Amino acid sequence: MAAKKQDIIAKLRQDIITWEGFRPIQPGALSNFGLGQLENAFPNQVFPTGAIHEFLSTKPEETSACGGMISGLVGKLLQQGGVCIWVSYTRRIYPPALKLFGVDSDRVIFVDVPRQKDVLWVTEEALKCEGVTAVICETHNFSLMESRRLQLAVEHSQVTGFVLRKDVKAITTTACVARWKVKPVRSKLRPGMPGVGHPRWNVELQRVKNGRTGHWTFEWRNRNFHEVIDQQQLPDLRQYA
Amino acid sequence: MPKRFVSIWFRHLLTDRLAIRNSELKGKAFVFVEVQRGRKVITATTAAAEQYGVVPGMTLTDAKAITPDLLAFDGKPGRNEILLKGLAEWCIRFTPLVAVDLPDGLLLDVTGCTQLRGGERVWLKSLIDRLTEIGYDVRPGMADTIGCAWGIARCAKKGLIVAEGAHRNAIMPLPPSALRLPFDLLLKLQNLGLYSIGSFIHFPKAVLRRRFGKDMVLRLYQALGSEEEFLIPLREPVPYCERLPCLEPIRTRTAIEIALQSLLDNLCKRLYGEGKGLRSAVLTYYRIDGKLGTIEIGTNHATHRSTHLFKLFSLKLDTVAPGLGIELFVLEAPSTDQVSDKQVDLWANKNGTDDEVVAELLDRVAGRIGKETIHRYLPAERFWPERNAEATDDLLKSPQTQWRTNKPRPLQLIVPPEPVEAMARIPDYPPKQFIYKGKKHVIVGADGPDRIEREWWEEQGEHRDYYIVEDEDGGRYWLFRSGHYDPEKQQHWFIHGFFA
Repeated sequence: MAAKKQDIIAKLRQDIITWEGFRPIQPGALSNFGLGQLENAFPNQVFPTGAIHEFLSTKPEETSACGGMISGLVGKLLQQGGVCIWVSYTRRIYPPALKLFGVDSDRVIFVDVPRQKDVLWVTEEALKCEGVTAVICETHNFSLMESRRLQLAVEHSQVTGFVLRKDVKAITTTACVARWKVKPVRSKLRPGMPGVGHPRWNVELQRVKNGRTGHWTFEWRNRNFHEVIDQQQLPDLRQYA
Repeated sequence: MPKRFVSIWFRHLLTDRLAIRNSELKGKAFVFVEVQRGRKVITATTAAAEQYGVVPGMTLTDAKAITPDLLAFDGKPGRNEILLKGLAEWCIRFTPLVAVDLPDGLLLDVTGCTQLRGGERVWLKSLIDRLTEIGYDVRPGMADTIGCAWGIARCAKKGLIVAEGAHRNAIMPLPPSALRLPFDLLLKLQNLGLYSIGSFIHFPKAVLRRRFGKDMVLRLYQALGSEEEFLIPLREPVPYCERLPCLEPIRTRTAIEIALQSLLDNLCKRLYGEGKGLRSAVLTYYRIDGKLGTIEIGTNHATHRSTHLFKLFSLKLDTVAPGLGIELFVLEAPSTDQVSDKQVDLWANKNGTDDEVVAELLDRVAGRIGKETIHRYLPAERFWPERNAEATDDLLKSPQTQWRTNKPRPLQLIVPPEPVEAMARIPDYPPKQFIYKGKKHVIVGADGPDRIEREWWEEQGEHRDYYIVEDEDGGRYWLFRSGHYDPEKQQHWFIHGFFA
């Protein structure tokens, strides 16, 4: 009897996940993003593609770190082909640097919208287009209604959307699958070595639909995410220059 | 099929125009005058003035002596050309090939156009009625050759439509002035007693040439059709063009959409048959009040899919102002490309930027926001950071070189670089701290310098020494010192980007 109850609950959980826009993994679809422990935070233990992810940043340094994280994920997605559309209002992304994150910049189409209010229109059109693999939208304001529209668009087309919010003052409720906050942290080199190491970020999952929140530290090295388990503060032994 | 031409003679072009503008002047005797050699000479008259015997070329004082209440206005040279161009544009609704015939006429190539409106007589009548309604005093002539039509319009008493092949007989009774000849030659013919074309048409060619010059022969044989004459149209006709005249003037959006859809269907069918695709299209609508408007679209990818093109047009249909009604739509495709007819994949395969779906998406974006907002970059073999990536608007162009990955580059670039206050312990050392937008960043790690020289063939200036620096909070920045260290100089340091 108890076992039966458990089965029913497990089945209902699965149903809820499907209703909320998560699809069961397609055979042959990309399932490993190299995110290690972080992937366990998501339902089915897989990074959800075909959904909207929201990234928060308050400073340009964080925007850049978020950009790095998104580029890393998009680079993996683009291995299956397709193009990426980068919609922004005030763009600072430097195309040659994207290759360092595994994205061929010639497969990214930048749409630099002169007016803020057109950003979401372009994003929604792009998300509805099935030839597109990923859409990155750099915006400032993002309301619940707008996020719902985008989420409905991707549920049909299975495009992965990343909304990178810049200069966020207040966190609002959104219909996104996950809310990320990526902050740069000091890189680490071998003790005593001068210079700057590989990009290193503190990745925080503030909200995941049907998943668990948490924070992790990742380093981008050899075109892959590497989880850094050791969370010690850097020793101040490092010499300046 | 023989060609058919129409010549329209505006007998009082300039004065008619003024009377249309200023209805009080209608039917009155007035003239335009221009100052020539210190005298006021009449250049244009009205029909009422001509009844008194006032003709162009007369001085104003002479004319005033005949009719003291004659009104005179200052004329502007070149005015007739502007007017005729406007009228020629207006006439495009009747035939696509219209040419200005200075000083006072229009030439229309109407081959194949007249059947569409119920025959030559009806066609010509509707054109002339419309012009008369506006207020112009016109005389048309229709014939197989330009020369004959011109002469008929100006000199024939009746029979303004010359039947096919009858032009030789039609010009026989006309005076020599129907042949577009210079004035001194006309005088010569007059003195010789050759009052009609019929009196010298049978002269041998050699005799005509010897006595009257080769111009005369050319004009005569052009009128007879044995010498080729070309019409230089006001607007070059586009090879891919569809026209849709409306029976009744239309003004609702639904009706415009139906018209557009049927035009697009016809055009796309033709393009498909020839293996071509459309890159840009212009829809011109002619309103019954004589105004016209256009809407344009462009595509990133040669296409002949009418549904997609309709979508692009429908983004701009709001700008169509039908006014009292639209009577004609013309859809032109000024630029077309070959289409590679790929087999449509059964499985929606995700290709690259050459995917048709993506191209259609970008067309929609370009239609709404503008083509200049869409950027794609290809690697360029250059070191200067601002020119490292080359912008292209071609979606199909593949990169010629690899993206460089051997040097770290910031993910976000500040263009142009912003000045920062930086402090270094020793000149040529990386900075120890810098202040950017009022915030102090203490640097704990730095890489560099990485010197990038300016491209001297492009611009003059100082080199840059780049440093990758990391501050206490983990922010990574790209700083550079412009030129060598110089204690005299105020501004050395700039921030150029943020690393991830």
